[in-house]
Amino acid sequence: MIQRFPVAGEDFSAAGEASSKIKNILRQVGEDAELIRRVCIAAYEAEMNLVIHAGGGEMILKLDTDMVEVIAQDRGPGIPDVELAMQEGYSTASDLAREMGFGAGMGMANMKRCASEMLIDTEVGKGTTVTLRFKTGKN
Amino acid sequence: MEPRYHSVILDEDKCKGCTNCIKRCPTEAIRVRNGRAFILTERCIDCGECIRICENHAKRAIGDDLDQAISFPYRVALPAPSLYAQFRRELTPKDLNKALIRLGFHEVAEVAAAAELTTVAIREYLKDLDRLPKPMISSACPVVVRLIQMKYPTLIPHLIPVEAPYITAARLAREKVCRERGLRPEEVGLFFLAPCPAKITEVKTDTGQVPLINGVIPISSVYGRLQQAMAHIDEDCSDGGSTTTGVGVGWARTGGENIALAQENVLAVDGIHNVLELLEEIELEHLTDVDYIEALACPNGCVGGALTVENRFVARVKIRKLAEKLDDSRIPDAVVEEGKRLYAAGKLTQKEELRPKAVLQLDNNLADAIRKMGELEEILAELPGMDCGSCGAPTCRSLAEDIVLGRAQRADCVFILREQINTLAQELLLLAKKRPQALKED
Ligand SMILES: Nc1ncnc2c1ncn2[C@@H]1O[C@H](COP(=O)(O)OP(=O)(O)OP(=O)(O)O)[C@@H](O)[C@H]1O
Ligand code: SF4
Ligand SMILES: [Mg+2]
Repeated sequence: MIQRFPVAGEDFSAAGEASSKIKNILRQVGEDAELIRRVCIAAYEAEMNLVIHAGGGEMILKLDTDMVEVIAQDRGPGIPDVELAMQEGYSTASDLAREMGFGAGMGMANMKRCASEMLIDTEVGKGTTVTLRFKTGKN
Repeated sequence: MEPRYHSVILDEDKCKGCTNCIKRCPTEAIRVRNGRAFILTERCIDCGECIRICENHAKRAIGDDLDQAISFPYRVALPAPSLYAQFRRELTPKDLNKALIRLGFHEVAEVAAAAELTTVAIREYLKDLDRLPKPMISSACPVVVRLIQMKYPTLIPHLIPVEAPYITAARLAREKVCRERGLRPEEVGLFFLAPCPAKITEVKTDTGQVPLINGVIPISSVYGRLQQAMAHIDEDCSDGGSTTTGVGVGWARTGGENIALAQENVLAVDGIHNVLELLEEIELEHLTDVDYIEALACPNGCVGGALTVENRFVARVKIRKLAEKLDDSRIPDAVVEEGKRLYAAGKLTQKEELRPKAVLQLDNNLADAIRKMGELEEILAELPGMDCGSCGAPTCRSLAEDIVLGRAQRADCVFILREQINTLAQELLLLAKKRPQALKED
């Protein structure tokens, strides 16, 4: 099953809605609660990055019996130095985003911590695709 | 799915089939079918929102009756702290105790007094903060506990495993009465005067040998008789025998538990929809700098319970004033000592481990559930997305779910039905235009 959720850029009032919908779907499908928790923390971080850094984009949920995949896709500015962006504490968040409580530079690290596998495909000026994979069942 | 007992029921004669309650229900547990509301039992958490919202008073809670107490040789009343705020006249716990004795109880075990022991137990438990998941969440409100079991099972370890005050009150009262009066446990009838349907359900689903509590009487149903008894209490020579302080009384309204705990980094939330919002945040690990959360399903806390009588805002002020009058700044040393002793003996903590209640899923088999979810999304894409409720389901999404589960059909949506009728009408028109061969001109 594949489901797509558009995410608007800079729209803090609707931010988190896609991850919340993803959570409800996983709950209804009956995935393991601990898995749902990890997916949702990571999906929320990916969604917020679309809002804050990329001017919006799309969240995609792919469901299979052995795998949950969450993809955050955008046509934003891209990430020049992925290794740097992955470091805890590194952030280029705007003042506005910081005022809203974002910009601790923890998002990417949280995604890495929660997902079984994390892939980043990015090109400066073109956009970014973050793929988060979660193996179902006991790991 | 096995249906389970719950105390909120529908009065079919009063229900007009409006859709107010289905929209308000936090677990989407109500549907309208054949012009009547209908509760999906396994999803109901007895929060009482539908009782509050229904203008036709078609939803109510089934509780016990005062008269049922009579069959017990020895009767003990357990008044909820919210009861102190229900009367027009200003009253003290002593006054209420006297009125309860006049109603035929032999003894009163104040739930407010037990709340002070609960407070001590929570403080003790929180001493080990470093090894606890944060924030810890109060388990005093059974609605919140059930909501977590159903929708946020990963938060179960956050629920503080200390018994709710009324349970502690009951446990200690039965022990004390049996010890002091030489009675057998089954000779003692414990009756809890409760503000909410959730507590009725909790007591009714208790499976212990001698039920911990023998009956739950809604505050709203005993109110009139208490009022009458209250008129005569000045004639009584007893002093009402109250031991509670303002700390226990304060638990009746939102924030009271936190005031009692006197800890830093705490937060209080009330109203089921606000609670839902906060639980989402906790699950996303956004509140890890908070130590403890007092979460109550009813607006203003238990004084806003669906089975109370007094306006909840007025009641809240009354509780605050009474708590201050009785001193809500500290728990007496002797009570603290007693609380610590009972806690160490394991008498204030929950006996049973809480388990998740998986009632939201489409199928027990993951592969089938995923397939059904695909169907659900397809159906949802066909629905107009108005969430109008005319189909009897609270949202288009829940109708799609009902269709997938075989509980409803596409034509239940008035918009789809109209389209279908439209198509049919056009087909009829075409048919009507066809002339019989015999009339054909050439
Ligand atoms: N989709 C994206 N497009 C462009 N840049 C991004 C994107 N996602 C992340 N980045 C860059 O990577 C940095 C680190 O991201 P990360 O999510 O770890 O921290 P943050 O978003 O700045 O702060 P926090 O997530 O703690 O609120 C960001 O500051 C930004 O420079
Ligand atoms: S807040 Fe109090 S009255 Fe309301 S449901 Fe919870 S325990 Fe019952
Ligand atoms: Mg981020």
